Amino acid sequence: MTTMKLTRRDVLVTTAAAGAALAMPHVRGAHAAGKLSMGFWDHWVPGGNKASQELVHQWAEKNKVEVTIDYITSQGNKNLLTIAAEAQARSGHDILAFPTWEPQAHAKDLEPVDDVMADLIKENGAVNQTVEYLARADNRWIAVPTCVGSQIKGPCSRIDLMKELAGIDVQAMYPPGGPPKADAWTLDAMLKAAEACYKGDHPMGIGLGQTEDNVDTAGAIFQSFGADLVDAKGEIRVKSDAVRQALEYYKKLAQWLPPDAPAWDNASNNKYLISGKASMIMNPPSAWAVAKRDAPKVAEQCWTHGMPAGPKGRYSPFLPYFLGIWNFSKNKSAAKDLLRFLGQPSSVEKMVEASQGYDLPAFEKLTTLKIWAEEGPPKGTLYHYPNPHNHQILSIAAAPAPPKIAHQIYTQAIQTKMVVRFMRGEKLEQTLAWAESELEGFMRT
Amino acid sequence: MVDAALERPAAAGAVRKPSALRRRLQRKSTIAFLMTLPLILLIAALVIYPALYSLHLATLNKSMERFVGLSNFAFLFKRQTFWMVVKQSCIFAITAVIFKALIGFVVAHFVHNIPTKGQRKWRGMLLVPWVIPPAMSTLAWLWLFDPSYSAFNWLLAKFGVEAIPWTAEAGWARFSVILVNVWIGSPFFMIMYLAALKSVPEQLYEAAAIDGANWWQRIWYVTLPMMRNIIAITALFSLIVTFANFDIVRILTAGGPIDQTHVFATWAFWIGIQGGDIPLGAAVSLFMVPILSIAAIFILRDINRRGNEA
Repeated sequence: MTTMKLTRRDVLVTTAAAGAALAMPHVRGAHAAGKLSMGFWDHWVPGGNKASQELVHQWAEKNKVEVTIDYITSQGNKNLLTIAAEAQARSGHDILAFPTWEPQAHAKDLEPVDDVMADLIKENGAVNQTVEYLARADNRWIAVPTCVGSQIKGPCSRIDLMKELAGIDVQAMYPPGGPPKADAWTLDAMLKAAEACYKGDHPMGIGLGQTEDNVDTAGAIFQSFGADLVDAKGEIRVKSDAVRQALEYYKKLAQWLPPDAPAWDNASNNKYLISGKASMIMNPPSAWAVAKRDAPKVAEQCWTHGMPAGPKGRYSPFLPYFLGIWNFSKNKSAAKDLLRFLGQPSSVEKMVEASQGYDLPAFEKLTTLKIWAEEGPPKGTLYHYPNPHNHQILSIAAAPAPPKIAHQIYTQAIQTKMVVRFMRGEKLEQTLAWAESELEGFMRT
Repeated sequence: MVDAALERPAAAGAVRKPSALRRRLQRKSTIAFLMTLPLILLIAALVIYPALYSLHLATLNKSMERFVGLSNFAFLFKRQTFWMVVKQSCIFAITAVIFKALIGFVVAHFVHNIPTKGQRKWRGMLLVPWVIPPAMSTLAWLWLFDPSYSAFNWLLAKFGVEAIPWTAEAGWARFSVILVNVWIGSPFFMIMYLAALKSVPEQLYEAAAIDGANWWQRIWYVTLPMMRNIIAITALFSLIVTFANFDIVRILTAGGPIDQTHVFATWAFWIGIQGGDIPLGAAVSLFMVPILSIAAIFILRDINRRGNEA
């Protein structure tokens, strides 16, 4: 056995060290609450990133957290690749921005955020059914909707061309500062307007390609007919009268669209508007914002408004973005705290203003910020963008199918492919049979 | 030689022999192995591991939670779109390689016949399409083929010709992606064929001329047999690269209209990354392996046989 001799000096040193160690939790260093890394969507509106950066640093300073922000572009699906890689490696950022379908695709890898959502709903009001559909799995919230990147892809019409060619006064239908008077704005009215605009050499710029903008419009029009390809229980419903009606309608509409519409991507409608050719496009205000810079005369004539109503209601495409916390994050409590902070009305307002009104909060009390009423020219052009009077149902193409099936329907652009097949002369029943076979393929688990 | 161990004088007697490890380390083959080891490790990390990992992924179910064996492949075989992609990949790769080889062969002859002094400039200029990163040059082509603002259509309109739906109609869209691939890839064939042409002994042509061979006979009986191996190897390499092409289709048509220009790589990306079905995407991308392996076996066997005959 070994014995240890303690000198008076040893006792003093040990006591001092133990005292310091015990006192440590009360010492608040520069980064006492640890580290947090986040991958945010790289905003395409200049200044959009700066606002979120300032907010995060403000929170980090107050809470003594060392933060790292990466802005990840959605160009070339870089953000999707990053999400897939981090999920596979179970390593990466603590918080990541997830586009529309991604929270559901990675539900098992995400930390539930029921507590954060409960606080935010209490403060900001309820969220719409599309947010619930996309961010809830197994009765738990798996991600928090963020205004950054969220958008409604409703019509952006040319005031002058719609009035002159189709006899429709979009400003009277959707007056700034007041509720819509759009009862006459139906799918039939849009079809007539499309014909008039086409004959006036200013077709409506609605694409029939395989990218999101095209699919979103098709999704909303299908929903306006009640044409669900797959129902909420996962049953295939493609051979229904509602789907047939939607396809017949689209075939009539397609003859008045640009002949190259089947090749359109997400940029095509923006270019069509800025060129001065389009009488209407279906896009969030980013196209108008670019027009303000590149074609101010066109921008002055743009008016963002609601979708036309169909037999089963007025549906508008809504694409929310989410912030999620990986369940392998090492600082979940700090991550949740930051999400709460970014969801505060003051934070949301700052980000919406930085994006010139492009970003859209999902909470009902935050759809009447003053920026949308004030943005212009023309003043009030964005007033109806956030659906302030709830006169349309915000939805996403392929809903109400179970999200994992709907994701496939959406990504594979089944609805626009059906339209293009049918409009190119394929028999309706053949198109439906093709779609049914594709949908059967999406049922695998 | 490093392999030869030097013997010490017998008088040294007590001097120790080099250890087995030391002898092994001094062998030429060991040194060669050690020198290539970094590259082997790099290939293992960046090629072999991902390849095995994608094999593993292809055997999982959609949610990547359980092993399903070859079910993903069996599922693909039942899909109409999959067979369309197989057909399109074959049309794309085979047509593009044939045209690249033909154009490369013709241009190589032209360049070969240019006097040596000016040849370098032509060689440099002709290599430009191959040197520019394809993602960038394809963007330029996209502007030329743009659905609404095609520069080609603008030119055609000047001559009263109706606009061509370059990327909106299946036939034109396929033509467009093949054309861009041929434009990018032909210089590679040209430079390989040019090198082969330069190595054909001049005496053979002289002998053929004495025998009264015309231009066509010289090509058929002298040039082509002498270039056969290079033609085969170049075609094989290009076939592999063209089959695996991603950027041209992705940028120019994104697989549209209605999936009619998708090739394996773009469809695998669409399903795996964009559609969130990584196992099925991995299965699609792996489908290329047997096709290319069969092509490689046939071509390399042929080259080997000719080598042995020689």
